[in-house]
Amino acid sequence: MKKKSFLDSVADSTFIQILISIILGFLVGAIFLMIMGLSVGAAYGRLINSVTSLKGFSYVVVYSVPYIVAGLSVAFSFKTGVFNIGAEGQFVVGSMAACVVSILCPNIPKPLLIPLCFLAAMAAGALWGIIVGFLKTKWGINEVLSMIMFNWIAFYLSNFIAGLPAIKSEGSAEATKNIAANASMLFSKDFIKRVGLCPTANWGILVAIAMMLIVWFIIEKTTLGYELKAVGSNKFAAEYGGINVNRSILTALAISGALGGLAGALQLMGMGSRISIFSSQEGFGFAGIVVALIGVSNPFGVFVSGLFYGALMYGGSKLNLVGAPTQLINVIVGTVVFFIAISVIFKNLNRRRARANRNAEAAIDKRASLQKEDKK
Amino acid sequence: MTNFWNSFGIILYATLIYATPLLYAALGSCFSEVSGVVNIGIEGMMTAGAFTGTVIAYFTGNPWIGFLCGGLAGAFFGMLHAIATVNLGADQTIAGTAINMLGPGIVIMIAKVLFNSTDTVPLTASQKIPKLFSGVFDTSTVFGRFMDNVFANYASTYLVFLAVIVVWFVFYKTRFGLRLRACGEHPQACETLGINVIAMRFTCVCLSGFLAGLGGACVTMTVSTQFRPISIVGQGFIAIAAVIFGKFRPHGALVGCLLFGFCSGLKVVLGGSSGINMHLISMIPYVVTVIVLILFVGKSRVPAANGKPYIKTK
Repeated sequence: MKKKSFLDSVADSTFIQILISIILGFLVGAIFLMIMGLSVGAAYGRLINSVTSLKGFSYVVVYSVPYIVAGLSVAFSFKTGVFNIGAEGQFVVGSMAACVVSILCPNIPKPLLIPLCFLAAMAAGALWGIIVGFLKTKWGINEVLSMIMFNWIAFYLSNFIAGLPAIKSEGSAEATKNIAANASMLFSKDFIKRVGLCPTANWGILVAIAMMLIVWFIIEKTTLGYELKAVGSNKFAAEYGGINVNRSILTALAISGALGGLAGALQLMGMGSRISIFSSQEGFGFAGIVVALIGVSNPFGVFVSGLFYGALMYGGSKLNLVGAPTQLINVIVGTVVFFIAISVIFKNLNRRRARANRNAEAAIDKRASLQKEDKK
Repeated sequence: MTNFWNSFGIILYATLIYATPLLYAALGSCFSEVSGVVNIGIEGMMTAGAFTGTVIAYFTGNPWIGFLCGGLAGAFFGMLHAIATVNLGADQTIAGTAINMLGPGIVIMIAKVLFNSTDTVPLTASQKIPKLFSGVFDTSTVFGRFMDNVFANYASTYLVFLAVIVVWFVFYKTRFGLRLRACGEHPQACETLGINVIAMRFTCVCLSGFLAGLGGACVTMTVSTQFRPISIVGQGFIAIAAVIFGKFRPHGALVGCLLFGFCSGLKVVLGGSSGINMHLISMIPYVVTVIVLILFVGKSRVPAANGKPYIKTK
């Protein structure tokens, strides 16, 4: 048995590849900082400082929750062979559904209202996914195309609902009313002050963890997950194997959509507290795509990459304090994703080397057998 | 009647204004997708083009140099996408997502350095892409005003219609086009016939970036005169949608872009006068697209090898 070379272990371990990608991302970021004549140490120091204090870290966790759950939504779709570029729209309708429920029924007690808001959000998101799935299975309409359309329809629908008299804030703000106190997931003010957390500290991360486990369980441990994965990897083989492909696609999009919607509710009930009338999309769903990619569509990976993304987003918002542009974060994350994309070269290299080895072994075998024949 | 012709003229004007950048980007998307490479990085390439076009026009004073450089900036990001996906066999969706973050991230950082703001300085009239036939029509008559609305349009609009014809010709009447389409259907077969699939796809993805860059530059160098981070919000994705809508054919994408532009024009006219909620009106282009898809277009056949990295076997 040969000892594994460094290159082999890189090729074998997705984790190492991602780690290298992240390091390269920060290196490229550093190059840009140097070109701009800014201190790399000051900028990265600020970034690290702002996320490592207890308060800072609580911000990171709060920021991460919607990214993790949106990331799970996209990751789930990747596993099942569809590309949920529609997480953005599902996020928006989910957020709005939770908002409407909480504003219209503010007097339901907390232990009932919060699950009700979650359910409303998941139903809205799932509906958004199912519509797209239905267009695909019934009329063969490309899901990427209809998702792009439905992202914008969701966006304007949300703006429209936010402006309705029953929903809109009484003040001059171009936003909805605040959600009912009973729908808020925030920790009590006393608790936050005593422990020293950020003002929007909430228990959304527990929901994110639960979702991570549920998604993992569905994908890895259930017949449903097996069927969805089968359709994802080879539609025709799955159909031949007796799986109802259309129903599978609809189920996958519904679950994916429900997760997207839930992400919206978590953002609203955790840190948002109301929905503004926006002039452009907020991008939580698109962030979900990035999070899913960095987490290689593995539920646990997505959880970690969601935290990483949340840390960069929160830390990045502090960068301008040292004169570095916030957009540096996009460059870093973009570079990370770029290197993750091209890390397949290691696998390809390995495959090529394995083939070369096989060929060489075959040649040796052949010669040996020829020699044997000669002796006879 | 006068009102009708005025409104109609404005709708057509808005149609062209909205459709032009989409159309450049859609033609770009066609090149990439038909050659077999999914390019969802169009959005980022447009942003790069929008910024570069405006900045170069601002510093050189020549809109055409700016426009061209906008295309080259897009081509640069196209090249990054090509290196990752074509040469290194990367997942095309992942690489495209990276481009969508890198493009805006890098140019907005440069904007910060150059202008100490995320917005660029607005272009003067001579730095913008010129309008053709302005002042040719007599706007005192109803017909003249209609003609002025429709035809006194930016040169980039005329250019893009020319580009549609050229791209159509290249796709369906030249050897290059035949090979390009074949690479997206069956790259292994192409290779056996001596076509260099890698080189073909590389060229096409760079071209797609170039055209997307031109599209981006159109946005910031015609109606709006400065680059802002929200200059490109989703046009790239709409352009991709138009290509799928048009079944991956340049003339199909033309229909998609014009339909979308027309609905956006409708939105402008209705939004001013009808009293219907603005947000509902803004939905029209997207809802109409879905309805048209259901009623008339239906299934879009994706090029067979689209999205699959081609790894040459020795």
